[in-house]
Amino acid sequence: MTSSGSVGVVSPQTAHFAEPLTLKSGAVLPAYDLVYETYGTLNAQRNNAVLVCHALSGSHHVAGTYAGKPKSVGWWDNLVGPGKPLDTNKFFVIGVNNLGGCFGSTGPTSINPATGKPWGADFPFVTVEDWVAAQARLADLLGIERFAAVVGGSLGGMQALQWTLAFPDRVRHAAIIAAAPKLSAQNIAFNEVARQAIKSDPQFHGGHYYEHGVVPVNGLKLARMVGHITYLSDDAMGEKFGRKLRHGEHKYHWDVEFEIESYLRYQGDKFASYFDANTYLLATKALDYFDPAFDYDGDLAAALARAKADFFVASFSTDWRFSPERSRELVFALIQNGLKVSYAELESTAGHDSFLLDDPQYHAVLRAWFDGIGV
Amino acid sequence: MSTRFDFEVIARWVQPGDTVLDLGCGDGSLLAFLRDTRGIKGYGVEADPKRVVACIRNGVNVLQIDLEKGLTDFNDGQFDHVIMSLSLQAVHHTEKILDEMLRVGREAVVSFPNFGYWKHRQAILNGRMPVSETLPYEWYDTPNVRFFTIADFEALCEQRGIRILERAAFDEDKPVAEEANFLASMAMYRLAR
Repeated sequence: MTSSGSVGVVSPQTAHFAEPLTLKSGAVLPAYDLVYETYGTLNAQRNNAVLVCHALSGSHHVAGTYAGKPKSVGWWDNLVGPGKPLDTNKFFVIGVNNLGGCFGSTGPTSINPATGKPWGADFPFVTVEDWVAAQARLADLLGIERFAAVVGGSLGGMQALQWTLAFPDRVRHAAIIAAAPKLSAQNIAFNEVARQAIKSDPQFHGGHYYEHGVVPVNGLKLARMVGHITYLSDDAMGEKFGRKLRHGEHKYHWDVEFEIESYLRYQGDKFASYFDANTYLLATKALDYFDPAFDYDGDLAAALARAKADFFVASFSTDWRFSPERSRELVFALIQNGLKVSYAELESTAGHDSFLLDDPQYHAVLRAWFDGIGV
Repeated sequence: MSTRFDFEVIARWVQPGDTVLDLGCGDGSLLAFLRDTRGIKGYGVEADPKRVVACIRNGVNVLQIDLEKGLTDFNDGQFDHVIMSLSLQAVHHTEKILDEMLRVGREAVVSFPNFGYWKHRQAILNGRMPVSETLPYEWYDTPNVRFFTIADFEALCEQRGIRILERAAFDEDKPVAEEANFLASMAMYRLAR
């Protein structure tokens, strides 16, 4: 491994867009803010920009830490930094919080100009297509005509794919990791369980809980617990927790008996303390709706015909939420179009979460791929 | 073993701009060579993780999929050429892979070490399994699972209705014109249905 470091202390910026954005649903956002961070320097040719798209619970805070908060490490800090596979000495890297988010970009917690109150459940549905359209406006603002690469994992990978379809001339390379060209019924089912958990929480108040000064903590916690189970593999969970007991014996009570219960509750509580339930609802719907082949009678290859980018696709052997089969579907549809694509099917024990880890083989492949991008 | 002489034969057999699928593409050097000399558009299939990285470093499209599972995800006639360079002897399902190569490709290019090479025969006569430049492994540590001669392969082609369009045979890196099954250590074929 070559020496690699952190991008150091970073701070987010906010871009305001006064021009209305018509969303895929037909709704119009009159104006909006996008919060973003950048790492590295845009070169004189402006050809070294890389957009990193976040997944369901991610944010614009991809790398580095905030001043005075050493634990506030970005969600893909192991990938992005000087000397790291996505090397900020070479690339100008951008992370942006998507529309409908809860980390500063316009979303359900923002004030609806029509009512003067938080949007809440009235915030319009946002899709992967809408997110990419908004990201393109941010690229305009930053003077980036064409990205060297757009990359993302999971829901972020769907955005990277959408970039190549919506703006074929604005993205030279796309990395689509642990993603799928559309969700399966099982995936949508898990999302629906998560949504019902939130919506059936008495504190949800039809999505207008802000006005009541409460948060549907239990629903959000439950949603995250379900999600978390699907992000881990059976093996990883077995290895980490097995049937380990909290008290070393069976207590015959409803409190934590098995360590896995404790872990899930902890993860759920932690998530519910900082994430917005309406954003979670919107993001799961964006996942469900994404299906570029929908307008092509399900013919994915036909849907991808307009793409021009060079692709990298990766999947993980134990990822059952976005299984290797789903990535292969995408790969073969790209090949049918004669597009350049490399595909890595990585051995991993960590399930869907693998895409956030720094497995040596995974990072070696990514490093090689990023190294091959000319700037 | 993958020295330039067999690359050059394959380069003669493909046309500029052809689409090529290379099964068991290693570090991608054949595809890189064909790209640089013939302007082909190619994809390699490789299961080994380190070689996948090497392919990406060589700027070659590589697909990390298991060949033994077949080429079912590829469409009929999707490529001008499907190549399997010095790997056929390491594949269990020989007939299936040949059928698949000629389904997915208009033509197939296959090369393999000739078990009938005189030095190999000599080794057997001396009572030992051959170890040579083309068969460099000890019997207990070989990735090869099928051992066959030029005559065996041509009989299989005949039996399966596979047309041999061209053959090139070599003794190490020197072309062999006659008595290939005895004198050649390696053979290359251009095949079609």
